[in-house]
Amino acid sequence: MEFGLSEEQKLLQDSLTRFLKEQVSLDHIREVAAGESNDAMAWSGLSELGIPGLIIPESHGGVGLGMLDAVVVAEALGYHITPGPFISTAVIAPTMLMAAGQTERLTDVAAGQYRIGVALSEAIGSRLDAGISVTDGTATGKALFALDSEADSYLINGPDHSLYWVDAGDPGFSRKLLTTIDKTRTICELQLNKASVQLVSADPGVLLAGIDAGRVIQAADSLGAAQCMLDQAVAYSLQREQFNRVIASFQAVKHMCAEMASQLEPCRSLVWYAGHAMATASDDARLTACHAKAHLSEVAQFVARTSTEVHGGMGFTDLVGLHYWFKRIGANRQLLGSPELVREEAARAQNLVA
Amino acid sequence: MDLSFGPEYEDFRDEVKTFIKDNLDDQPKPGAGPKSEEVRQWQAKLIANGFHSRTIPAEYGGFGAEPDIIKSRIIAEEFGAAQMNTGFSGQGISMLTPVLLEMGTEAQKQQFIKKTIHGELIWCQGYSEPGAGSDLASLTTRAELDGDEWVINGQKIWTSTAHISDWIFCLVRTEPEAPKHQGISFLLFEMNTPGIDVRPLVDMTGTANFNEVFFTDVRVPKDQIVGHRGQGWQVANAILGHERGSLAPPDAAMARLNGVIKLMQEETISGERVIDNPIFRDRLLKLQGRVMAMQYNDMRLLSATINKSQDTKLAGMVVKLIGTELRHEIECLGIDVMGEIGLSYGDNPYLRGNGSWQYQYMYYLGLIIGGGTSQIQKNIISERGLGMPKEPKIAQTGV
Repeated sequence: MEFGLSEEQKLLQDSLTRFLKEQVSLDHIREVAAGESNDAMAWSGLSELGIPGLIIPESHGGVGLGMLDAVVVAEALGYHITPGPFISTAVIAPTMLMAAGQTERLTDVAAGQYRIGVALSEAIGSRLDAGISVTDGTATGKALFALDSEADSYLINGPDHSLYWVDAGDPGFSRKLLTTIDKTRTICELQLNKASVQLVSADPGVLLAGIDAGRVIQAADSLGAAQCMLDQAVAYSLQREQFNRVIASFQAVKHMCAEMASQLEPCRSLVWYAGHAMATASDDARLTACHAKAHLSEVAQFVARTSTEVHGGMGFTDLVGLHYWFKRIGANRQLLGSPELVREEAARAQNLVA
Repeated sequence: MDLSFGPEYEDFRDEVKTFIKDNLDDQPKPGAGPKSEEVRQWQAKLIANGFHSRTIPAEYGGFGAEPDIIKSRIIAEEFGAAQMNTGFSGQGISMLTPVLLEMGTEAQKQQFIKKTIHGELIWCQGYSEPGAGSDLASLTTRAELDGDEWVINGQKIWTSTAHISDWIFCLVRTEPEAPKHQGISFLLFEMNTPGIDVRPLVDMTGTANFNEVFFTDVRVPKDQIVGHRGQGWQVANAILGHERGSLAPPDAAMARLNGVIKLMQEETISGERVIDNPIFRDRLLKLQGRVMAMQYNDMRLLSATINKSQDTKLAGMVVKLIGTELRHEIECLGIDVMGEIGLSYGDNPYLRGNGSWQYQYMYYLGLIIGGGTSQIQKNIISERGLGMPKEPKIAQTGV
């Protein structure tokens, strides 16, 4: 019995962390946020490490690892609030395409040469008048908050939880970037006007598999980001002096940090387990994916707020840059379902809803 | 990640199940007293089969098996699932016995362990005092050597089971001139010694879960000390760690949460089942996610006792703090889903679950405070877990 990461998983985390420490600095995040740079640098570096093909089978040029490995990667990416489309193109899209048996583009994805965005918001809870209708292989309508504004193609939720594929170069396709608080990943609105679409699957299970995988990865991303905010709070409190002592020696500050650590540490086990449950297709995979996403949304939000408070006025400024983590955590909370919606799905998954 | 225990453990699980099946009818009847023959015989049977005192050496009356945390867990799981009587518990077994094994003399081990694990000696723990709670090391109950005897004067509080105990293990100040942590000794003595006065302490649940114990010139043989004079703090700390984690087991919290689900499916508000009310349901689901996190945290801790390469220091430190707070909230939801019915207590005809929801709600507030308050836990987590400094001492005036 072993509840924890394998030696290989620790090595994966270490090598990834080394790369992120060197290449994805706060200065780089600032450039991306200011529009002076984009996610290409980080993504090509991650491609050299094989990250886009992490869960894609070796027969399709991938690394052939599982969801727990993806969790390990996401935790590290979240810690460094890494720009890029890991969640959409490396996890959600391959999960759905493999579930549907449509694997022809996965080799390009694994090579880091092809990006597949996902537009699933309407499957979870449609806002405004979003949604697409499909007739005779063409789709019309719009999808809001699609992940990755630079993708080569998109997987879109269609009627009755079906899944369609549209090429970004199709004459009936257009997209526009939606500005959000989180500048480390891009979100866009897709407009389809008689765009050619290809049915990926009419089985709602395919769509759900992608959503669940995405939720586990978001939970891991928030876990990493929150851990970084806690570490920054402790480090800052050990160096900032007031009343002739470091503020880390004040019980009020110590208790804020202890509360963050106490709530966050058990999350690690929940997220690891959710990844493991999905990798082994356990019966509780859906339930634990929902709980991981909802619980991490709550805990990471608490950490984001509390860490900012420990930094005092500096936490509120742009100078320290803490707000980039705050906003990443805030985005993870809403994407693929806010905690209330996800808990309701968790209730349904155990037949608690009449 | 590998969550299976492996085939040899599945064989062991079958053994445990067989024992349970064969002995379900031999369990002591509910209400059988701790000193009754049937309870004694049951305890002896559990030990003889390795389901109690499993790792205590046979020469001291135990089963004498090698420590194996997974086997212990399997026993706990199977006995729990069958609601099988698990034999004697109490502070003599959970706290004193490990300490004697580690720090007691051979004579003390021979004298006490076998009788303790067989339920012939019931112990209470004399640690806290009215003036020494969170700052336990400032305790002032004194023991002075007079010839071959210690003479003890002072008072203890929060002493569970003192009224039914045969013996007490007690922290007393023997070196008043030494720094506070180095002036304490760990003594063992009989509760029927002249000069001991036990007064029950009724708490908010309406029950006397604790006692106050007063000592007036209590005379105790000199050799009834564990460790050396002045070593009592180290002796006590060796077992306080045992107590903390065990106050809030996550599996019990999940069992209670499942009880809340059942309650929500049965209770109605204006004809609508509470489970169908989305606001209550969301509260339930929030708690479920938190309990799950603690269950997997617990599995990680279990795994780390086998494979020591994992660093789980912080994961272990948070169990008491989070576990007790969480349990208090679960009981609170149980009450809230019942509304006014949830106020029922004692002989109220609308009582649910034998009054356990209100009782546990209050009892767990006691556990948030007891065994090191939540605030003390946060000090420990921030200092030992996160490396933050201790609060500077305020210069003492006039002492």
